[in-house]
Amino acid sequence: MPEAKRTATDVGSLSFEDALAELEQIVRGLESGQQKLEDAIAAYERGAALRRHCEAKLAEAQARVAVIVEQADGSLATRPME
Amino acid sequence: MDETRAAGNTPEYTVSEISGAVKRTLEGAFARVRVRGELTEVKRYPSGHIYFSLKDEGGKIAGIVWKSAVPRLGMVPENGVEVIATGRISAYGERSSYQLLVDRMEFAGAGALLARIEALRLRLLEEGLFEAARKRALPLLPRVIGVVSSERGAVIQDIRTTIARRFPRDVLLWPVPVQGEGAAERIAAAIAGFDAMAPGGAVPRPDVLIVARGGGSLEDLMAFNEEIVIRAAAACTIPLISAVGHETDTTLIDFVADRRAPTPTAAAEMAIPPRTELLAALAQTAARLAGGLGRLTQQCQLRLERAVRGLPDLPGLLGTARQRLDDRTERLDLALPGLLKLRRGAFALLSQRLSGALQQGMGRRQTAAGRVLARLSPAPLAALLREAAARLSGSGARLESVSPLAVLARGYALVTDPSGHPLTRAAAVAPGARLALRFADGSVAATADGKARGAARGPAQDDLLI
Repeated sequence: MPEAKRTATDVGSLSFEDALAELEQIVRGLESGQQKLEDAIAAYERGAALRRHCEAKLAEAQARVAVIVEQADGSLATRPME
Repeated sequence: MDETRAAGNTPEYTVSEISGAVKRTLEGAFARVRVRGELTEVKRYPSGHIYFSLKDEGGKIAGIVWKSAVPRLGMVPENGVEVIATGRISAYGERSSYQLLVDRMEFAGAGALLARIEALRLRLLEEGLFEAARKRALPLLPRVIGVVSSERGAVIQDIRTTIARRFPRDVLLWPVPVQGEGAAERIAAAIAGFDAMAPGGAVPRPDVLIVARGGGSLEDLMAFNEEIVIRAAAACTIPLISAVGHETDTTLIDFVADRRAPTPTAAAEMAIPPRTELLAALAQTAARLAGGLGRLTQQCQLRLERAVRGLPDLPGLLGTARQRLDDRTERLDLALPGLLKLRRGAFALLSQRLSGALQQGMGRRQTAAGRVLARLSPAPLAALLREAAARLSGSGARLESVSPLAVLARGYALVTDPSGHPLTRAAAVAPGARLALRFADGSVAATADGKARGAARGPAQDDLLI
């Protein structure tokens, strides 16, 4: 049951792209009107969770500009750009 | 004796003296020179010095770049490239050979540069480095954007402001020199360095890379045409956008990049979509999600209602049956009297029609008899008689008109022999024959007194013709 497995995936761990793609898939499924009502409600609930996740991802808007610094031991560090 | 004479006129040098003298003369006469020629026999020694020859159609000269001069040389010598080498002439005393000591080297004009770039492009193309199948899609929403560029200058500022305007994201700059000696190596190392970062490490690994440089001359952009940079970009597993020079400039990194942007600003726009657009698209998708469920629920509701309507209405059915039974009972009660009444009515109607028919038949007969009696009268007979009388009188008149007697009345006379036979020909009358002339009112006896004259045509006729 790939459907059940997919549903079990934690929404929070999805990337924006994956969440958006799955949301789109759910919307298309609902719009086709072929699902059982029970499945449709479950799909809607998952869709709503995916939407919240996407919105949260879009809300994370931070603009830090850092400059890479190669340290003596070869490891990398950053310093803020002036 | 010749030798003695020669010795007398010509100064004698030791080998060292003459080679030293030549060296001094050469170095004094050609203090600093620029020599144009094609590089050949380029060899890099472990000592760090580079040995080569410069040649053209007519000659060849050896050259050296000392290790100390290599970093400031300006280019990496390669066989087959036409260059202008700057330096001085020097002789190598031990072998009495002279050579160029070069400290600057540049491509001999744009033609030479472009020829070298084109040769490299064809080689990498052959290798399949530029194939479309190698290109990767850019992520829709990168969390971190890596930039390989100069820390100073407009490029990083353009990228920063564009990203801040569209969708604020973390930007990681790997500062590199974008032109000059060692730039290509530093750029390649920066690309490889970003690629080598472990996901989830101390420094976040970028989801997309921008390799950018502002506009410049062909020579300024050369680092982005170097094989080491192209190979680093090709090997990089992070999707890479190139934005080198102005829109009209094309460098080899553009061929190997996953996307090519005309400017650094355009590269930033490719790397990140505008946040407002993403939010609007998400809102629309959310509306479709709710709409989809709403429609489905509505459909289910409708189907339920239809199904409910389809259930049999038992009390209703019973009521109908009851009503039908009552109806039949009532009609049964009424049926027999009704039938009798109907028959009686039919009988009365028939009786009526019978008597009516009899009267009508008699009436018709009387009328017909009347018509026959009226036609039975003497008038037609009288008419017939009148008609017969008229015809008779008509016939009498015609009979009269054709009677010979009537002709005689008009003055003609009928000639007969005495026995009364009519004589119709003159020849039949002999002279002295007895004739009878019959007139209308009686007969006169006559005698013929001449012979008949042969006149076929009667004189009467001649007379008529006169």
